[in-house]
Amino acid sequence: MAAQATGAAAAKAPPTSKSDDQEMLISGCEAIAHACRLADIDVVTAYPIRPYDTVMQMVSKMIADGDLDAEYIVAESEHSQFEIVKHASAVGARVFAGSSGVGWFYAFEALAVTAGLRLPVVAMVGNRALDDPGAFGTEHNDALAVRDLGWMLTWVETAQEAMDNALIAFRVAEDPHVFLPCAVSVDGAFLTHSQHLVKVPSREKVNQFLKPYNRGNKLLHPDNPITIAPQVNEDWLIEIRKQNDEAMKRARGVIAEAYKDFNRIFGRNYSPFLEEYMTDDADVVLVGQGTLAMPVKVTVRKLREQGKKVGFVRLKWFRPFPTEEIQQSLKRFKAVGVIDRDYSFGSPYSGGVLYTEIRSALYDLPNRPLLHGFICGLGGREVTIEGVTEMSEILLKSAKSGKLEKQVAWIGVRE
Amino acid sequence: MTAQANALEIQKLDAFKGVKKVTIEEYFTSGHRTCQGCESALVMKLMVKASGPRTIVLGSTGCMYVANTTYYTTPWVVPWMHTQLGSSGSAALGTAAGLKVLMRKGKMKKEPINVIAFCGDGGGVDMGLSAISATLMHPQYNLLILCYDNESYANTDIQVSGASPWGANTTFSPPGKKYRIMHTRWKKNVAGMLAAGHPGCRYVATVCASYALDMMNKVRKALSIGGPTFIHSFDPCPKGWDYDPMYSHELGELAIEAGIFPLYEVEDMKLKFYGKTKKIVEGRLKRKPVRDYLLRQGRFAHFTDEDTDYFQKKTDEMWEKWILPGVIPLRPEDGA
Ligand SMILES: Cc1ncc(C[n+]2csc(CCOP(=O)(O)OP(=O)(O)O)c2C)c(N)n1
Ligand code: SF4
Ligand SMILES: [Mg+2]
Repeated sequence: MAAQATGAAAAKAPPTSKSDDQEMLISGCEAIAHACRLADIDVVTAYPIRPYDTVMQMVSKMIADGDLDAEYIVAESEHSQFEIVKHASAVGARVFAGSSGVGWFYAFEALAVTAGLRLPVVAMVGNRALDDPGAFGTEHNDALAVRDLGWMLTWVETAQEAMDNALIAFRVAEDPHVFLPCAVSVDGAFLTHSQHLVKVPSREKVNQFLKPYNRGNKLLHPDNPITIAPQVNEDWLIEIRKQNDEAMKRARGVIAEAYKDFNRIFGRNYSPFLEEYMTDDADVVLVGQGTLAMPVKVTVRKLREQGKKVGFVRLKWFRPFPTEEIQQSLKRFKAVGVIDRDYSFGSPYSGGVLYTEIRSALYDLPNRPLLHGFICGLGGREVTIEGVTEMSEILLKSAKSGKLEKQVAWIGVRE
Repeated sequence: MTAQANALEIQKLDAFKGVKKVTIEEYFTSGHRTCQGCESALVMKLMVKASGPRTIVLGSTGCMYVANTTYYTTPWVVPWMHTQLGSSGSAALGTAAGLKVLMRKGKMKKEPINVIAFCGDGGGVDMGLSAISATLMHPQYNLLILCYDNESYANTDIQVSGASPWGANTTFSPPGKKYRIMHTRWKKNVAGMLAAGHPGCRYVATVCASYALDMMNKVRKALSIGGPTFIHSFDPCPKGWDYDPMYSHELGELAIEAGIFPLYEVEDMKLKFYGKTKKIVEGRLKRKPVRDYLLRQGRFAHFTDEDTDYFQKKTDEMWEKWILPGVIPLRPEDGA
């Protein structure tokens, strides 16, 4: 069994006596605010939208209390929020912003050019449905929308992981081999607002892990009078796009390296891209991102009690996509079901985004597992034990017959 | 202690006392590809001449980006960065905030660095107005936003903007068989609006590069006074206005003399007219008829006498009915 001590297990673990970590009962938003404090961010911009905005309530209080020294700007829109940090990043400031749902979309132009200019903005996305019709609940389409633009994207399961991945995000984004923005996705309500026990490390430890941001010869400053983002047109744009592509490819190695250091310095046991849960002898596995891991893990345990060999693989980074890791992992199983908390209308097979990506990642394998897509939990609807059981049964049936049972299914939808 | 208590030092840029006292160094040089007679290009040159070398310039999308920064031939001697069409306010704010915090935390050498963000009228008067407005509300950041107003979305082929004059022929407001006048909005009063509505802003000015010395000195004042400031520059554009490029300066002068574009500065909420506008306000100079200005430009070639009269009437109102002539249009109810 390759399960890690995350989620409920981590929350119950006794505090380690030898470390100087402080244990706090905090939400995902608060955990990311602590990461901002520990990273000693320089400029932070806020704009209200649920559910991400709790992070800014926390950050502003930290500044008011003198626990964090940063320029804190409440912008007049998300577009400005992200433009402000983009420009602050260009003059060498470590920056943080965030949003949710339509707010993230309001910033879209700024998000695109931030990646195009290789500025290491770190953002939190409190995943939220793109209403209309009105909905506050979690859906992953907001963050996923930037998947082609050069934003690195990570999804987390617990408040601990939210804090840890935010620190890792700064380190990877600001690595000169990468210089790409990074968004930490935190499921709305399920994690933005639910509390976990979190080990909050000391500044000293974080300083060992996270070196100061150095923009080098790309710094916008009178001592380095460069022109940033000139008109390049067809003469140069394709070469520049290629450089972005290379940077994203390099990010894979930089992420892996960052986790090694992180595990060493903070005494964690993370694998960078995937978390496998009860997969060692599994016939079939579900794959998903974010907090749905919790009901899936509970269901997997229940099914195991009935002798059903079900496991779970949690994808932690969507960009860069860990193709090789996914191939190596999923080729071991007879049937795989990808759970999408998102939609991609009109996509091949009408599956979700994650399903379509994983399908593509597995294409070159000589022996591919039977691949199913499940769309569920949209608009923040709970992913239930019944729902996960239904998905697992479909997989088990396919595994038994060797035939794809149902290619794409919507789970938990009222007829 | 209030959160904004730690303002940075600012550069002291005294006014140039006469043309001969203007520094000879240029920070916007060859390499740009603007039209012949482009007044906005001159504004760029004078703006950064006035601010000097320790300046960061941010430029929003428009002619002054697209025609000015071809890769490998940048005319900018000072550091320069593009910003999005509606982002001049945010670009200035983010840059100023970044410099301020890095210097406060000892991560960057302490020195006053000028931050100027420019935008066109499309970028400033229309799309970016909310970000400019927001930025002018932050007294703790030293920056200047300069709107070069060529009265159209020029770079995209001359489309009507919120700053285009009433009736102008643009590619989005062409005169036709049924409607002679397609652009029926009066020019937005952006400097007056920004000056009146932003208690955090100590300085707003209008300028025209036909009066280059005045223009540069307003830039120097805006950068020296502290906090966020705004300058609205009136820029004749031979391509968009359709006239011979040799007349750019003359058209600027004519617009001021006809009272179409008033020159003034608002410092700590005190209004001061200057140049020919001052003479008009004080009754020492009679406004030229708007006709003299309109007839010189192809964009008004479709005007009938009726249209010219309407333009004159609306211009007269600015001077005769507005509570602050040319600046604030409010007037007492019984004074209508
Ligand atoms: C968000 C966005 N919308 C549209 C454009 C297309 N565009 C590029 S330049 C420009 C004109 C801007 O006009 P203005 O700000 O007046 O500057 P000018 O071109 O007149 O110098 C437009 C509309 C853009 N770059 N970005
Ligand atoms: S179109 Fe007008 S503003 Fe643009 S470069 Fe030509 S003259 Fe200058
Ligand atoms: Mg314009």
